[in-house]
Amino acid sequence: MKIAVVSGKGGTGKTTVATNLAWVTAAKKPVQLLDADVEEPNSHLFFHVKYTGETDVEILLPRVNKEKCILCGECAKVCQFGAISVFSTGVLVFDNLCHGCGACKIACPTKAIYELKKQIGVVKTGIIHEKLTFGTGLLNIGEPSGVRIIRELKKYIDETKTVIIDAPPGTSCPVVETLRGMDYALMVTEATPFGLHDLRLAVEVVKEMDIPMGIVINRASDDYTEIEEYASSKNIPILEKIPFDRDIATAYSRGSLFVELKKEWFERFEKLYEKIAGVIA
Amino acid sequence: MKQIAVVSGKGGTGKTTLSGSLSFLFKNHVMADCDVDAPNLHLLMEPKLKETHEYYGGKKAEIEGHRCTSCGICMNTCRFSAIIPGTPYRVDPYACEGCNACVLTCPEEAITLKESKSGDYFLSKAGELPLSHALLTPGEETSGGLIAEVRKLALKVAEQEEHDYVVIDGAPGIGCAASSSITGVNYVVIVAEPTISGMHDLQRIVETTRHFMRKFGIVINKFDLNTVKTDEIANWCNKEKIEILGNIPFDPEVRNSAIRAEPVVKNKNSAAAKAIKEIYYRLLDLI
Ligand code: SF4
Ligand code: SF4
Ligand code: SF4
Ligand code: SF4
Repeated sequence: MKIAVVSGKGGTGKTTVATNLAWVTAAKKPVQLLDADVEEPNSHLFFHVKYTGETDVEILLPRVNKEKCILCGECAKVCQFGAISVFSTGVLVFDNLCHGCGACKIACPTKAIYELKKQIGVVKTGIIHEKLTFGTGLLNIGEPSGVRIIRELKKYIDETKTVIIDAPPGTSCPVVETLRGMDYALMVTEATPFGLHDLRLAVEVVKEMDIPMGIVINRASDDYTEIEEYASSKNIPILEKIPFDRDIATAYSRGSLFVELKKEWFERFEKLYEKIAGVIA
Repeated sequence: MKQIAVVSGKGGTGKTTLSGSLSFLFKNHVMADCDVDAPNLHLLMEPKLKETHEYYGGKKAEIEGHRCTSCGICMNTCRFSAIIPGTPYRVDPYACEGCNACVLTCPEEAITLKESKSGDYFLSKAGELPLSHALLTPGEETSGGLIAEVRKLALKVAEQEEHDYVVIDGAPGIGCAASSSITGVNYVVIVAEPTISGMHDLQRIVETTRHFMRKFGIVINKFDLNTVKTDEIANWCNKEKIEILGNIPFDPEVRNSAIRAEPVVKNKNSAAAKAIKEIYYRLLDLI
């Protein structure tokens, strides 16, 4: 079973839910926690991870063999990203614009283009404890897109375990890449007009991908009930409400799991898992 | 005219709290919401929509089914796993980067690149205050190009109507969207939070800002939530000779005003509002 923890944007408590849920569930069965928020992964901060593997994620950048190049300009013409330019003195590749797609190499009539590997990030895997394994991706600064790192990370998915993925924030491409092939989307939102606005956008994406979903309201309070109204109008169940609580915020700031603060919370997260499992089964 | 960008290494640090309040405090300015993935600033302002522009940022490959012989060459060419085998082969629009490689290799010339709409951008007015903002089509690549359009629109209005400032609510993170939010601005305000990841997120965004050679200062939000971390950030800033523009306390009023969809500075007596006002005056001195 594969659960993605999704939020319309950063800071809603997505990592809090993913890490606490993984911890509680792993008390009973094997769990794999993956952090796909590759621009700013921070699930690892809540655990002592013993890393056992590290793989570079690479793209191929074009380089031009001057001897063979006839300055015909074909490469620049086919490139959709303005990443290669032909001057009277030679050809220049702008590495930070290049997607490493290989189109220029295909188009070059004299086979003047060859490719070099460039590392754009890493995927690391490790163990938290016997029943809880971990994987995370990290995009290098200055690289435009983390999609490829997420794709690499997802290759480590172990279908025999309960997989919990901490998705990137937002609703763009990396989130879609994370959601692809997931069995369930756990939507984390906060009880404010901002939260509702971002939730609507995220729900649109998950609906379109036809993945069952449920909502956890973080920083819930009784004076803002619009999320509940929206959820019931869309037939999306609300699975849990985490109150607005200074202790929980402080636990997060210290890198502690708040389910460890009170037994009640541990049990509520066990129930949260049961509810999700009930939908998928 | 000066451009000021408010950014953070990560979402949820209180960036919109600060820029929403600055939008209330600044006089004679234009706001630009560059968080096109999850724009929130307009929720604080109840603006009236004036103009809508469509944004075509990229292209997507399309296979003409009747020409496809299912030879599989395109799938082997595509480096983004965007081609789905079958009779005929198909393109997964969410994975396709519109790179053109498959178009070049299909022996049947069955593939073409089509312009695809990646979002809309808007000009609105909240009372007298012009706001330029956008919405990325869900599932699209977070686009520096769309952010550039939002900023261009804001600048155009600022010039036409002779405003003194453009205040930018930047995209979170350190990727291309964040970079597009700060290129060429006069001053960058970085919002940090004292959490276990806060220091690390801060260092990454500082690195990015330095990369673009922009002047910047730091605001620590919810500074009293974890004073150990706050001290850590303050010491680091000291060592790096980075100015701390101010500290905003953890204040339940921030959330209450968010529920009312109001900038927190409207409630003048709240502790957060007072801190933000100080930051605003400090900013005026600096730019
Ligand atoms: S590899 Fe692709 S993106 Fe890079 S220069 Fe060649 S055509 Fe352009
Ligand atoms: S297509 Fe090949 S030969 Fe032509 S300019 Fe580019 S590198 Fe040179
Ligand atoms: S290369 Fe062209 S003909 Fe071959 S599978 Fe792809 S679209 Fe079909
Ligand atoms: S345009 Fe590029 S990314 Fe899209 S399907 Fe073709 S090869 Fe793949």
